[in-house]
Amino acid sequence: MKILVAVKRVIDFNVKPRVKMDGSGVDLANVKMSMNPFDEIAVEEAIRLKEKGVATEIVAVSIGPAKAQETLRTALAMGADRAILVQTDEEVEPLAVAKILAKIAEEEQPGLFILGKQAIDDDNNATGQMLAALLGWPQGTFASKVEAANDNVTVTREVDGGLETVKLKLPAVVTTDLRLNEPRYASLPNIMKAKSKPLAAKSPADYGVDIARRLELVRVTEPPKRQAGIKVSSVDELVERLKGLGIAK
Amino acid sequence: MSVLILVEHDGKSIKDATLAAVTAAGKLGEVHALVAGNNVASIADAAAKIAGVAKVLAADAPHLDHELAENIAPVAAKLMDGYDAFVAPATTFGKNIAPRVAALIDVMQVSDVIGIEDASTFVRPIYAGNAIATVKSSDSKKVITVRGTAFDKAAADGGSAPVEKVDAGQASGTSEFVSMDASDSERPELTSAKVIVSGGRAFGSSEQFHALLDPLADKLGAAVGASRAAVDAGYAPNDYQVGQTGKIVAPQVYIAIGISGAIQHLAGMKDSKTIVAINKDEEAPIFQVADIGLVGDLFKIVPELTGKL
Repeated sequence: MKILVAVKRVIDFNVKPRVKMDGSGVDLANVKMSMNPFDEIAVEEAIRLKEKGVATEIVAVSIGPAKAQETLRTALAMGADRAILVQTDEEVEPLAVAKILAKIAEEEQPGLFILGKQAIDDDNNATGQMLAALLGWPQGTFASKVEAANDNVTVTREVDGGLETVKLKLPAVVTTDLRLNEPRYASLPNIMKAKSKPLAAKSPADYGVDIARRLELVRVTEPPKRQAGIKVSSVDELVERLKGLGIAK
Repeated sequence: MSVLILVEHDGKSIKDATLAAVTAAGKLGEVHALVAGNNVASIADAAAKIAGVAKVLAADAPHLDHELAENIAPVAAKLMDGYDAFVAPATTFGKNIAPRVAALIDVMQVSDVIGIEDASTFVRPIYAGNAIATVKSSDSKKVITVRGTAFDKAAADGGSAPVEKVDAGQASGTSEFVSMDASDSERPELTSAKVIVSGGRAFGSSEQFHALLDPLADKLGAAVGASRAAVDAGYAPNDYQVGQTGKIVAPQVYIAIGISGAIQHLAGMKDSKTIVAINKDEEAPIFQVADIGLVGDLFKIVPELTGKL
């Protein structure tokens, strides 16, 4: 079985984002960029399925600027076999991303398409579900456990009330939650090897997908700031304060 | 403008997040509520009583049990022929289904809406709440998910909307429900609790986390939450997690104990009315957002606090 994995180049999760003064967005100039953490988990899960003998080939796909090549090389260094970069300098919304990924899925015919549940920049949490809808495939979102067999995959999902398990017929879409696995670091030899793995360059037009934005960004602002309050010096004082809030007697 | 909202329920009762979604939907137009499930007559009746709901559409069939997106999304997508907007709560339920509906009707979803400026302009957090974006949708129909803590809850009683049966569609045949491992529900749910006590990695073990926090939560009638670090360390189950990638909460009082206050965590609780922080490190970032802080050893403070309440 072939597995497709989608990866996005985003601001590194350790960097605190700064809103631009003119309100046009978040300042990404000279900011460290990395693979979206949920996508790293997706790549790792695909590799583990290959190590278990369930998957035979892993193809990593990214849609973004030329520099997204670095993100794909990271996926290749972790263990993906080849990569496809759909290059564009436009910001592509989840619906258009899903349309491009659906076209790639039709070409590549994977058994599983694994994506991160959300990107930590726009926090949409939508691409995987949209991709599943466009392909008419079942979806296992927010996965914390994935067990794939010949013609089905059992996915344990992190939902508000606990853990839900669903069984999906392949081909299927899975989106990853944090506790699915801990992604490996690529070793130096593997980073070197990744440089010679195939990376195909494409454009959105190659797939006939219109990537025009549906959502116009009106403005971006800083969130309202909370002011630091007071410090109390003893538990007795804290108890008095909690009484004042009406939550203690 | 007419709005279809997707009711979240567990077969027994309607989830609170739905009530906030009704309020948000009411800002867009007349609200009709879609109740999908198996044997949902009583849920449909309860939805009909929600103040602000003008009509209830009941899609009742065995294959709609367990909220499978593959089966529910086509039902909603078909109904959208007659509506201008689709609204779902931004819970794991709504997040699972709404984008699937959006793609089926070729609409770019606006996720996690915290403000509605007009019928096409919405406010939403991005970058884990470190920035707030205002976006204007050019799609002819809108699909939005609504953050429950950002809107008042509609009254669960007072309405008397008619209930209409609608086509329940067909089973996709591609997915099936296997099991649900529900977490202990003795306490209030995190997203609707008035008081939350939340613990971090400083507790050191699952045993200490529960031995110290559970009695305090019992005294306060509070829900128990946890930081991502505490969940990753295995001290608390995953659905306790408060933060960007966990639950977004806004209780009357949030008591953060042994939590340093990573951006990730703050994104999930900084809209709480009052934040109380207990931490041994007086430089911890949590104190920059806390209304009331107490610096000290949680292993001494928490038992003393529980004893004195």
